[in-house]
Amino acid sequence: MSLADPPVGGTVYVTSIRGSGSIRGRIMAMGLVPGTAVEIIRRAPLGDPLEVRVKGYNLSLRAQDALLVMVSSELPARARNDPKGLGGV
Amino acid sequence: MSEVTDEGAKKAIRVALCGNPNVGKSSLFNALTGSRQHVGNWPGVTVERKSGYRNYRGHRIEIVDLPGTYSLIASAKDEEVATRYIIEEDPDVVLQVVDSSNLERNLYLTMQLMEFGKPMVLAMNMSDITEERGDSLDLDALKRFLGTPAVRTVASQGIGLEDLLDAVVGAATKPPADRRVGYGELEATISDLREMIDKDGEISSRFSSRWMATRLIENDSYVRRLLSDRSIWQDIEPYLSRMDREESEMDLADSRYSVIDEVVVLSCRRCKPKRSVSDNMDRVLVHKYLGIPIFLILLWGAFELTFSAATPFMDLIDSGFAELGTWVADNVQPDWLASLMADGIIGGVGSVLIFLPNIIIMFLILGILEDSGYLARVAFLMDRLMNRIGLQGKSAIPLLMGFGCNIPAIMATRSIDDRKDRLITIMATPFMSCSARLPVFILFAGAFFSHMAGTIIFMMYMIGIVVAIVTAKLLRTFVFKGEPSAFIMELPPYRLPTIRSVGVHTWDRAYMYVRKAGTIILLGVVAIWALASLPFGVEYGGEDSWIAIIGKVFEPLVEPLGFDWRIAVALLFGFIAKEIVVGGLMTLYGAGESEDALTDALKADGSLNQVNAFGLMTFSLLYMPCVAAAGVIWGETRSWKWTLFSVAYGIAIAYVIALLIWQIGGPLFG
Repeated sequence: MSLADPPVGGTVYVTSIRGSGSIRGRIMAMGLVPGTAVEIIRRAPLGDPLEVRVKGYNLSLRAQDALLVMVSSELPARARNDPKGLGGV
Repeated sequence: MSEVTDEGAKKAIRVALCGNPNVGKSSLFNALTGSRQHVGNWPGVTVERKSGYRNYRGHRIEIVDLPGTYSLIASAKDEEVATRYIIEEDPDVVLQVVDSSNLERNLYLTMQLMEFGKPMVLAMNMSDITEERGDSLDLDALKRFLGTPAVRTVASQGIGLEDLLDAVVGAATKPPADRRVGYGELEATISDLREMIDKDGEISSRFSSRWMATRLIENDSYVRRLLSDRSIWQDIEPYLSRMDREESEMDLADSRYSVIDEVVVLSCRRCKPKRSVSDNMDRVLVHKYLGIPIFLILLWGAFELTFSAATPFMDLIDSGFAELGTWVADNVQPDWLASLMADGIIGGVGSVLIFLPNIIIMFLILGILEDSGYLARVAFLMDRLMNRIGLQGKSAIPLLMGFGCNIPAIMATRSIDDRKDRLITIMATPFMSCSARLPVFILFAGAFFSHMAGTIIFMMYMIGIVVAIVTAKLLRTFVFKGEPSAFIMELPPYRLPTIRSVGVHTWDRAYMYVRKAGTIILLGVVAIWALASLPFGVEYGGEDSWIAIIGKVFEPLVEPLGFDWRIAVALLFGFIAKEIVVGGLMTLYGAGESEDALTDALKADGSLNQVNAFGLMTFSLLYMPCVAAAGVIWGETRSWKWTLFSVAYGIAIAYVIALLIWQIGGPLFG
């Protein structure tokens, strides 16, 4: 299921970002990274784009771009990359 | 880090100002530098470069305002401009403006900035909003965790500026804290890449190899260009193509956000943004059925206000300059000098300033709509429609404003961050029929289509819209092809605009218009004056003037459109402003100052009928709106190529359509 699918009002979790190129990087920079909760707020009056809430702010994106964001209705059990936090390198 | 200038003991500190869009970065920049600003362009790109300075405790602090970005992967122009400045011009301090009420997303840029290994300072802006809603930000915890000075600011009210400047001076004189995001399993890949990069001593001595390694994983075009002509690229490229780059890219973003999660947990109490007021407003303003009608009503109101409020000022400017012109004509000798001053220079300055009330009022309204957050909603509402014609939501405002006046409309495209979308919008806007074209339509529709003048005028507006759409489609299909620009936009919470910020914004536009566009407009007007007045002694625009001679030279060219030399001359005058087409025709048809006399003269003349009158209206609609519009297109694109394209394309379209009208319509209805 992609972010273009869930009904308005639902909350889903990002599992992965598909596609390639600069759009992918932009999507992730906006906070849509695996494990993030996304609430579907509304669709624009003409049906597109979509408004979602992610990381405490509201983001709008077209269905066409939302198709790249794979989501699940449950928090994914994806083995998280284990970061070491901040430290001197 | 800092250097001593020749002016004695003053130390110069260069600061790069970064931050997400909508975090108050411009307010902070203005508050820090005041009027000591310089506006230019980044080399090679049409992105504005603002810099300014502030003298503080014996230091000259030079601040460069980098474009607002969410990340620093050089895939878009703005990101590349910001990256290149930090890398190539090596500022002493990187100052990031952070929206304290939206820590998570803002800190993503912080994580990327830290990878450059430069001294950093965070301005925790909008801290008043954060505190008002009962969140508490533990600055000490934040500073300890990030190893970076952080200062509370409210840029719009000038709060926290001294502390911030102290922190900047402090950061410039100390080595940076060596804190980076740890990337877990990816660290092995990063160290492999660093090892390969370090083999090239010239590159690794200039740039941080850790920064380059992470950017390579993220497919950063700038870093790829830096390395692709080095011999080490032969090892790096196969390594990159062997790895699962896309998965790794996701892991990098994931790690950054995991660190941010920790920062937020440690430094922020109750930092879960509540947006109840904003959300309630959106329930109405972007409502499924009410959203678009409300927008149209607001737009109509903005137009009404702009034109009704601007009209008295425009009349004042108009009559003031007319009076000045008359006085000069009566009191200056010889006549040619009086004419140069009255018709050329005074008329020219007048035709620049006449648009100023429009621009100021339009941008006051637009500034309020933009700062309040409503313009982002307009883009949200209109994106579907605009996307259909190869544009995006943010193009809606300039296009609709174009019906009033193309000049502020073209200037309003600045809110479109994607360069291609912005250029296409600039190229399409001149076809939106502005109010100056109306007198031409009224004259010809009244004279030749008296029974259906309204319908004919409506058709003109429709032809303009169709040509604008076709232009956008053509440019999107043939010139700016490739990956379509994504529409990924923040909908910021509604805020009360401040007088200061709206004022600065409006002043900026008005200044740019007078200073940059004004020069070109004046040049154009004086050139037309010279052509209409030379050789010495001819009647202004009369049959023996150079402009008439040029009109006659052009006659064979416009003959297939059903126009004679007088029409060609009137159209040449129309380059100054469309309403002058009417005035030019009055002179040429000897109709004095009366429009009724001109209507009779046009009907009696016999060289015009319904078909070529319709063609003439269409031609007036489509060719370059006025020299002021061309000046603004140059001012906004900084490209002679695009300015000339816009002018030439408009003339070509006008010619072809008028040709078709006369060649097909002439035999049918003529």
